[in-house]
Amino acid sequence: MPALAPTAGGSAVVVSGAAAQRRPRTAYLLLIPGLAWLGIFFVVPLVSLFFTSLQAPTDRAGVYQPAFQVGNYLTALQEYWPVFIKSFIYSGIATVLALVIAYPLAYFIAFRAGRWRALLLVLVVAPFFASFLLRTYAWRTILADEGFITSFFNALHLLPENRILNTPIAVVLGLTYNFLPFMILPLYAALERIDPRLIEAASDLYASPFTGFRKVIWPLSLPGVVAGTLLTFIPASGDYINATLLGAPSDRMVGNAIQTNFLQFRDYPIASALSFILMAIILAVVFVYIRRAGTEDLV
Amino acid sequence: MTKRPLSPQAAAIVRMQQASLSRRRLLQVAGITGVAATAAACGAGGGGSSESSSAAPSPTMATDMSDSEKFVNWANWPLYIDVNDETGEYPTLKAFTDGTGIAVNYTEDVNDNNEFFAKVRAQLESGQSIDRDIVVLTDWMAALWIQSGFAAPLDKAIIPNAANLAPAYQGVSFDPNRDYTLPWFSGFGAFGWNKALLQETLGTDTLTSLDQLWDPKLKGRITLLSEMRDTMGIIMAWQGADPSNFTDDQYQAAVAELQSQIDSGQVRQVSGNDYVAALETGDVIAVIGWSGDMFQLGDDFGVGLPETGGMLWTDNMLIPSVATHKKNAETVMNYYYDPVVAAEVAAYVQYISPVAGAKEAMAGIDPSLVDNQWIFPDQATLDNSYVFMTLTPEQDVAYQREFQKAIGF
Repeated sequence: MPALAPTAGGSAVVVSGAAAQRRPRTAYLLLIPGLAWLGIFFVVPLVSLFFTSLQAPTDRAGVYQPAFQVGNYLTALQEYWPVFIKSFIYSGIATVLALVIAYPLAYFIAFRAGRWRALLLVLVVAPFFASFLLRTYAWRTILADEGFITSFFNALHLLPENRILNTPIAVVLGLTYNFLPFMILPLYAALERIDPRLIEAASDLYASPFTGFRKVIWPLSLPGVVAGTLLTFIPASGDYINATLLGAPSDRMVGNAIQTNFLQFRDYPIASALSFILMAIILAVVFVYIRRAGTEDLV
Repeated sequence: MTKRPLSPQAAAIVRMQQASLSRRRLLQVAGITGVAATAAACGAGGGGSSESSSAAPSPTMATDMSDSEKFVNWANWPLYIDVNDETGEYPTLKAFTDGTGIAVNYTEDVNDNNEFFAKVRAQLESGQSIDRDIVVLTDWMAALWIQSGFAAPLDKAIIPNAANLAPAYQGVSFDPNRDYTLPWFSGFGAFGWNKALLQETLGTDTLTSLDQLWDPKLKGRITLLSEMRDTMGIIMAWQGADPSNFTDDQYQAAVAELQSQIDSGQVRQVSGNDYVAALETGDVIAVIGWSGDMFQLGDDFGVGLPETGGMLWTDNMLIPSVATHKKNAETVMNYYYDPVVAAEVAAYVQYISPVAGAKEAMAGIDPSLVDNQWIFPDQATLDNSYVFMTLTPEQDVAYQREFQKAIGF
């Protein structure tokens, strides 16, 4: 690259002298919409949320005044740490389940689907055409006590509470289902980029199919795995719809705690503090995860 | 250009707009402009836009555009008005529009008192429009709006039918003269159940006591209401306390009872209207629910007040202070306080009409409903129900917290 650059630049120097100067400015101009978007819809609300999280109550219920009440974070953690743990367990299991389901599917679409590939990809995205809420409601019918699925597992005596709906199982299933496409698509994108000749080369070199997968396909698909797990885990951790509609009172997640504090208690500082704690934990998890996966430069 | 000094009222309004508003500040401002505010409040609705803009308006009152814009925005709860099941039209609303030329934009976007309030609170405090000219809120939430100055006083001159308000609804503590609110409907927090499944599990087809609901045979097959007052009221009454006049300790005892039933897995879910679907599929056998809902389910389902007492609640129409079609809203209220119209709606929603004369009018609409205890309750039924104690905003938050905590939030 360094050897080529001077020649390429040299021949163009006369023509593009002005253009080369303009280029950085053009680049910055192109950045403006994105930065403005981030500024208005991410930074500003975030800052406002941060100040809200430090507000102190007044003597009127639901009214708060600017303050520097760091104790809000402590209160939020003290009261809701079990909920945080439960949320991460549910979303963690859902993420692993989604990976296990999505990987073979993405593999099939990438390598074996042939002319069906486009159709299959459309089918993966198809659920998005119906509202998230409606699809989650549909699961209540699918998992109903007298429904086929629950009856089947009940006949095998596999269900501790004789039901699926309104148990943690339903919450995890709902999370898995709702975020599955976010796992499939990055996996597919990563797998599809793999040169099939590498796999052939592996088998030419006497790698068993399993070794070929372990040494060639899996490492090359890692960026997809990392992206997919993050895209599943992060929204699943903050989700409250699945816990509300499919869970029992004891299955509430952090999203529910935030929603209740905002809408029911009108306790905006605690709700904001909860949001920030959730964000901090997720950032920490992501940081460690990407470090461990060793793919900082790939994601 | 020199700055002209502002009048005290104008200065107060400017200050109010500049500062980030707290409710208290709003009240302070309202106090400063007190005289003008009262004057505007008395005049509002009477003369329409020109008049109310000439008098210095209270900072919380919006200009009434009723005369130039012939429509009104109405936010109500789901399934709370008569619907023509075939066309999807609202017959009484249609008749209203045909008669007055005022179009009604009717939306079912109040699903929970707290959530609805949280949604519009910021606008109310800064005096911005919430695009709703009538909202329907339960007593305690209506009280909060009135206390906070978010409700506009009604012009009874436009609502002569307000005289039809049944005596039982007059003189309520939060609005003694009904200056701000007119009840829409009342109903009961009561038991509801699937007759066949209850027979199968408990060997009876009527539910009369919370003891039955707590029967281990119904484990995981019952739901409670997420409306704190209905659920807690029924539990307190069952424990021997008086839900309309209880102590902190009595409330704690009821929370403890609720908590133990949730922890044991007896209670499957605590929800709003969602329980109706669960009753229909048979996942849930018995519930603490709302009386009117059970009728929509049909004959396979039973409804009844607990022996120890059910809860009586009332939802009220009120006009937000920021409403821009106040006179139109008052015209709507007047229309629905016509006994015949009230009876028509009651026949559909099967809740208790607060309009005197609706019972007589019902005879001409559906005679079979005249003796329906759930639309026209007799004294015995009313005696067996409680109206939840009025709470201060602080008490409300504290009690809500304990309730929500027990139900897993």
